[in-house]
Amino acid sequence: MTSSPNLPPESSSKPAWKRSDSARFLDNGFVWGTGAFGYALMAILIGIALQVGVQAIPALQKFGLGFLFSTNWNPVEDLFGVLPQLYGTLVTSFIALLIAVPIGLGIALFLSEDFLPEKIQRPLVFLIELLAAVPSVVFGLWGIFVLIPFLRPLGIWLNQNFGWIPFFSTPPAGPGIYIAGIILAIMILPIISAISRDALVAVPLKLRQASYGLGATRWETIFKVIIPAAFSGIVGGVMLALGRAMGETMAVTMVIGNANAISPSLFAQGSTISSLLANQFAEASGLQSSSLMYAALALFLLTLIVNVIAEYIVRRFSIKY
Amino acid sequence: MAVPESIGGYESINLKKNSSSPRTLFSTVMSVVATLCAVLAIIPLFAVLFYLLRQGVQYLSPSLFVKLPPPPLADIGGFGNAFVGTLLTVGIASAISIPVGILAAVFLAEFAKDTAAPDENWIDFAVNILAGVPSIVMGTFAWATIVLTTGTYSAVAAGVALAILMLPTIVRTASEALEAVPGSYRQASIGLGAGKVDTVLRIVLPAATPAIVTGVMLAVARAIGETAPVLFTALFSQFWNRTVWEPTATLSMLVYSFAQVPYKNQQNLAWAGALVLVAIVLFLNILARWITRKR
Repeated sequence: MTSSPNLPPESSSKPAWKRSDSARFLDNGFVWGTGAFGYALMAILIGIALQVGVQAIPALQKFGLGFLFSTNWNPVEDLFGVLPQLYGTLVTSFIALLIAVPIGLGIALFLSEDFLPEKIQRPLVFLIELLAAVPSVVFGLWGIFVLIPFLRPLGIWLNQNFGWIPFFSTPPAGPGIYIAGIILAIMILPIISAISRDALVAVPLKLRQASYGLGATRWETIFKVIIPAAFSGIVGGVMLALGRAMGETMAVTMVIGNANAISPSLFAQGSTISSLLANQFAEASGLQSSSLMYAALALFLLTLIVNVIAEYIVRRFSIKY
Repeated sequence: MAVPESIGGYESINLKKNSSSPRTLFSTVMSVVATLCAVLAIIPLFAVLFYLLRQGVQYLSPSLFVKLPPPPLADIGGFGNAFVGTLLTVGIASAISIPVGILAAVFLAEFAKDTAAPDENWIDFAVNILAGVPSIVMGTFAWATIVLTTGTYSAVAAGVALAILMLPTIVRTASEALEAVPGSYRQASIGLGAGKVDTVLRIVLPAATPAIVTGVMLAVARAIGETAPVLFTALFSQFWNRTVWEPTATLSMLVYSFAQVPYKNQQNLAWAGALVLVAIVLFLNILARWITRKR
């Protein structure tokens, strides 16, 4: 019995419906070729860690972990430490989260509920996305010439009337940690609101209907049903925003004052790891350069940890309906 | 009208919403708070745009694009070399990241699931982590890899740093776009006898092109505005570029350095530069949105 009668008669040993060797070779080559680019992405990530790590070796050897707990930054005597910068990075990011999380969540709720008709809601969502598109350096420029003069009277008033509170204990001198925190809050607001909104919108309608059916009001439903259901997405978004805030460079460098100091006062000038890099890297050499690489490595690891946690939360705790 | 005391043994309940009960009041107050949050978020966007226009528009003129940055206390000059430098660095970054990103996305979306190794998740993971690497760290990487080995700050070094910055955006949007192409397209193509190369290059990629273009435009917009990666890779220059292997001025870097000087003419140029920068970035974002909206 012959196979498939519609096929042309065979002349070679290979059936005609098998594709030619060259075609299959081409296909396999294509798969592996694109695969090489896929793996290149992993290689870049590892390459960044290795390259920055290798450059940091001299400083790593000389200062060890003490680098992270020293307040010295003395290029003349070749003594370096980044405690003030670590402090500045954490404090500015914390201020930013303190402001941006409630507001961002509020926006996300406002734009995921049916307060507005679809026609107004969509442009509003887009406008908040546009806020994320404004370059960091433009926020910095705006911060220097608009936000600093605008907030200064408020800062002076707080210092004069509440100066006994450590947070307000120094008079504001233009740039400062609080300006950096506020600008960072503006910059991470779109991240928090966009990711939280995605998570809120993904909560199935039947949960909401069931809650309303039991007699809950809109906000009882939001607080007791919708937010818990979307919680992993919201926390993941907040973590991503935290990573972004810690790594943000230009706007912070322009408004923080770049002082190598630790002060409890929010009006004091300070610096962050990224602002230290931005200010000194181009002119540095020798051990100072290596110390800056060490600082970059610390920043890289800090954001890496935050981002891995964010990724873990989103993957592990997202509920599939 | 008399309301019966009980219906069928049950007490009658008023089903009307009581607008003064604490529960309803709380709900109303929270709705107002959420509305205020949204208003509060829009304010900075308009405040930034308003001040950019107020400070920048008066200095806009075609000569900005052909003149060189001014010395202190002179006239406003222009940012011709910086504008060309931005095009140059972002051009180099695009030439690297667009092909690499799209091919990597093809692997992620089309082939990674077929190959035996469970690498898809790892590559996916690497892309997400890469997206979170601070842009200044990408700058230090490009400095160590290119500036140190070639011995000079250059547009190429900045291009490499910006390419790494653009990659995650391109890979993510492109692989999402490819995954959104219906499986029936691929089956039809293979059914007609096409191999993987033809299926991907002639059927799947064209179908996904609008969404991929959107992603590329968003990545380009981000690269144009970024300063941290070019800070110590391209550095800055007062002059026109002769080659890509010399310090190069960019628009974002010009805004950064001239925003921090006490000279009025340079500050004004920074405002004009920032306005041009934001106009380009917002235009690309709106165009990107418009492309996918038409589908």
